[in-house]
Amino acid sequence: MSLKDSVNNAYSSWMTGTGPDNDVVISSRVRAARNLSHFAFPHMLDDDKAQEVIHAVSLALENRGADCKPGKLEINNMIELSPEDRQILVDKHLISNDLLKDHGRKAVVLSEDEAISIMLNEEDHLRIQCILPGMQLESSWLQVNNIDDELEKTLDYAFSEKFGYLTACPTNVGTGLRCSVMVHLPALVFTEQIKKVLPSISKLGLTVRGLYGEGTEPVGNLFQISNQVTLGHSEEEIVQNLVSVTKQLLDQERTAREALYDDRKEYMEDKIGRSYGILKNSRIISFNEVMSRLSDLRLGIDLKIIKDVSPQLVNELIVLTRQAFLNKEAGKELSVFERDVKRANIIREKL
Amino acid sequence: MLCERCQKKEATVFYTEIINGQKKQLNLCEECAKELHSQGFDFMPQLNFHNFLGSILGHNISNFTKTSLGANKCEVCGLSEEEFAQKGLLGCGNCYENFGNTLDSLVRSIHGTNIHNGKVPEKTSDRVKYKKEIESLRSQLKQAVAKEQYENAAKIRDSIKEIEKRLEQEG
Ligand SMILES: [Zn+2]
Ligand SMILES: [Zn+2]
Repeated sequence: MSLKDSVNNAYSSWMTGTGPDNDVVISSRVRAARNLSHFAFPHMLDDDKAQEVIHAVSLALENRGADCKPGKLEINNMIELSPEDRQILVDKHLISNDLLKDHGRKAVVLSEDEAISIMLNEEDHLRIQCILPGMQLESSWLQVNNIDDELEKTLDYAFSEKFGYLTACPTNVGTGLRCSVMVHLPALVFTEQIKKVLPSISKLGLTVRGLYGEGTEPVGNLFQISNQVTLGHSEEEIVQNLVSVTKQLLDQERTAREALYDDRKEYMEDKIGRSYGILKNSRIISFNEVMSRLSDLRLGIDLKIIKDVSPQLVNELIVLTRQAFLNKEAGKELSVFERDVKRANIIREKL
Repeated sequence: MLCERCQKKEATVFYTEIINGQKKQLNLCEECAKELHSQGFDFMPQLNFHNFLGSILGHNISNFTKTSLGANKCEVCGLSEEEFAQKGLLGCGNCYENFGNTLDSLVRSIHGTNIHNGKVPEKTSDRVKYKKEIESLRSQLKQAVAKEQYENAAKIRDSIKEIEKRLEQEG
């Protein structure tokens, strides 16, 4: 799949709704920051030097053995994409917002299944990322580690024996590793247990933030949990810490779901059924409402109340109903009202 | 997410400001951000999650400028400590060494340690291995000399020289 295909398709392999523990863990992501030793960090480079970095990485990619997983990796310059297409890559979690700024000097490498993406000249020269469905942090790390090993054969990384991999921001130095899981916690939110759970997580060296709700209230009961500290622990320890905390969270969410369903069966079935009905029948709907209705729908699928919708479709709808995709579908910039109408149309069509 | 100011365009610039431990956040579109900036609003830009941590440490970083005893500029990339304090970003890999003790304590306050314990690039790991070997041989040499085992000491000295030569060749 080329990049052109990628931006025309809301689907990405992490959205399959498969993978271990997918009733709570939507996706697992590992991202490693790397810099080249003979260049200043990206924010200090002029455009020519920034292009040299991209060139050096493209040579390193060509030098990879023919049988290397995950197959051929190609560089795409951000400038070749329309603003909408760039935003779609952000919405699909393949690149960060930072890659949208100053895009003339930035590039992205994508694997065919979109599990691997490498951002070039973001805050660091390379951000190697792997995103997989469900609870698969260990294998995400293994894939990132493999690509890192292959690239390192050609590239000279900025590395210090004391501080480890050197990064533009000292908060990433050492392993340069940021691991995260995206979890769906409707029962913990509904029972308000979340208010106790989240503060205790941040005491364990992890950070939690709501998804799609930066600065405002999190929407859709989706949370991203990631490691705070990158130095002093091995990559495996960082991964394991997040795995074990996520497992505890998973147990708590499942227990809360069971209790809710046992105690308030009719209430839950009613809430989920109504949300499904609204998604199937509305003519005008905002993104925030979609997110909370889809959260109910997803819970309904996991509780086996709803049997004719796949988790994958729910994940795709989250991307399909965002602004960038709606504009792209319409072929023009839509007003808020036009977007709400278009969004409702797409959902009715898909459900 | 829409820009909080004009409610029209998608917010792409996320600002965070820490005042007396209270976090204030503002999500703006590119244009509104520029406009506010020109009106003298000076928020710390929060480009992504990592900078968010950096902005929590904003307090720390400004102390960094005041208490700094080390060099004022990185001699390789030219970044000054003031620029680092403003952006929260270092200029190049050499900054870590050139900003010396103050950076060292900043790293320690962020991570609770200043020693890397994870992956080492394969190219570097040979060098690390050689250096560790030399260290251990040197202590053996000391012991040999202390025990007046001069023949043994000479052998150890030769091995050290050989490894040092290898280190040099591999640059
Ligand atoms: Zn605006
Ligand atoms: Zn420097």
